[in-house]
Amino acid sequence: MSLIWNKKAECLLPLEKEQLQLERLQNIVRYAYEKVPYYKKAFDKSGVKPSDIKALKDIEKLPFTSKAELRDAYPFGMFAAPMEEIVEIHTSSGTTGKPVVMGYTVADIELWSEVMARSLTMAGCTRADIVQNAYGYGLFTGGLGVHYGARKIGANVIPISAGNTKRQLEIMRDFGSTILTCTPSYTLFLAESAKEDKIDLKSLKLKAGVFGAEMWTEKMREEIEKRLHLSATNIYGLTEIIGPGVAQECGVKHGLHLQEDLFYPEIISPEDLSVFSEGEKGELVLTTLTREGTPMIRFRTKDITSLRRGECKCGRTTIKMDRITGRSDDMLKIRGVIVFPSSIEKALLEINGLEPHYKIIITRPHQLDEIEVQVEASESLFSDEIRHMEETKRNIENHIEKSVGLKLKVTLVEPKTLPRSEGKAKRVFDQRELK
Amino acid sequence: MRVKQISIFLENKKGRLLEALKALGREKINIRALSIADTLDFGILRLIVADPDKAKLVLEQSNFTVKENDVIAMAVKDQPGGLADVLSTLSNAGINVEYIYAFADKQDNDAVVVLRTENIDEGIKVLKKAGVHMLSAKEIYSL
Repeated sequence: MSLIWNKKAECLLPLEKEQLQLERLQNIVRYAYEKVPYYKKAFDKSGVKPSDIKALKDIEKLPFTSKAELRDAYPFGMFAAPMEEIVEIHTSSGTTGKPVVMGYTVADIELWSEVMARSLTMAGCTRADIVQNAYGYGLFTGGLGVHYGARKIGANVIPISAGNTKRQLEIMRDFGSTILTCTPSYTLFLAESAKEDKIDLKSLKLKAGVFGAEMWTEKMREEIEKRLHLSATNIYGLTEIIGPGVAQECGVKHGLHLQEDLFYPEIISPEDLSVFSEGEKGELVLTTLTREGTPMIRFRTKDITSLRRGECKCGRTTIKMDRITGRSDDMLKIRGVIVFPSSIEKALLEINGLEPHYKIIITRPHQLDEIEVQVEASESLFSDEIRHMEETKRNIENHIEKSVGLKLKVTLVEPKTLPRSEGKAKRVFDQRELK
Repeated sequence: MRVKQISIFLENKKGRLLEALKALGREKINIRALSIADTLDFGILRLIVADPDKAKLVLEQSNFTVKENDVIAMAVKDQPGGLADVLSTLSNAGINVEYIYAFADKQDNDAVVVLRTENIDEGIKVLKKAGVHMLSAKEIYSL
């Protein structure tokens, strides 16, 4: 039986858990209402007062918060704590428009370290382990989140950050890393590169991996475990809530334990926003119960999943969420970067002579995401010279890369072959088989 | 001389060339010369036809992207080194050839060469000066 980092918090009895959640919910709602003008306005508009929260169920009276509101508050409009209390800032990985900015107080960093310590422990990490942290360090929460958790456990962290595959493999071999943390697609890329560099993955000391920041599948887990000879676990989190560590799989690998003493989850219908009962599939909504810097009340994650109660074989009683199987909006994650197809469209329409008809195709041919945008070769783009055509293509590629921050491939196709915009034209074809 | 060429955008998809040719055949438009340039993703079909305006219309009706532009047409001696002589004239004048295609004429002892330079007028001037036998639109369309 594997260890539990915080038995008291992770194995609460249903009644004590609800009591704790209610107390914390009442506090955070009052705190948000008093400290953040946005919440005061939103609550007043919905005609709800903090004192109306008498039971957990009363959370349904509160308005939702979505990414749009967080963007409008750019940069610090959602901060509840005074600036001198903020010790760190992170932003969401989106490249369109203004990023979402979240502030962390000392207590928030402690909270984050705590949930990451719980998560890493679930994956099998102890203070004797060497954690090779290949999540990016920076404004993105992946790198520092794992770092704080591993430090709290007392494990040895190698802060190698993302990229530089050759070096990753050398360090893995020479330093004897036992835990690998990165995106799931990167693990398969590592495996491919290991083959080329003649590094035998079987001879490495890796025993477990904590993989997340993008959607993946059971099939992919099998593949990763087979190729890297480690136990692959799924982690979930988002900057708006804290970063990675909101939920994590234990050794049973049947759902992710959501840290519900700190984050209160609901599942809603993305259509009419009604709250679903347990087990139903819908959009995950999260409320931070103790976050000081930027408290989130009923944040719509747009991630599709379902929740299950009951005691897990591992001994934990925290509610479990299923692997994320989709989005309730059109957001895509390409190589870990958030992309909205609408922003690609916007960039396309800025190009003279381009027809507003396009198709976006995402594939994962060699373990890494590739994105292709098909546009129609209208007469104004067409030339009798290959040289000019190639130049046109490159110009479109460069323009999109500049405004969306993503390298992609543009293909010119014949006119009137792409779906038209009347009604709801399907323009995005995600062929990565993530479900 | 200057003659009209039509270029057609072809996606690298099975049957697209055939469809373009069939559309022209249906309207009884005869092809005088043809070349295809291709890349990984797409191709460009270039044609010299008797009635370029009609050909363009017909192809557009079949949803092809078509462009009309001028190229240089000339007759070159159908013998070893014939084309090389012409090209060295251009090269000496510092004129780049964007693309070129040719076909041998049945009647004369000449090969018909279609050529595209960045500046068509400049190309014609140099070729004429070197005494190359230029072909008029009328001559080439009625071959």
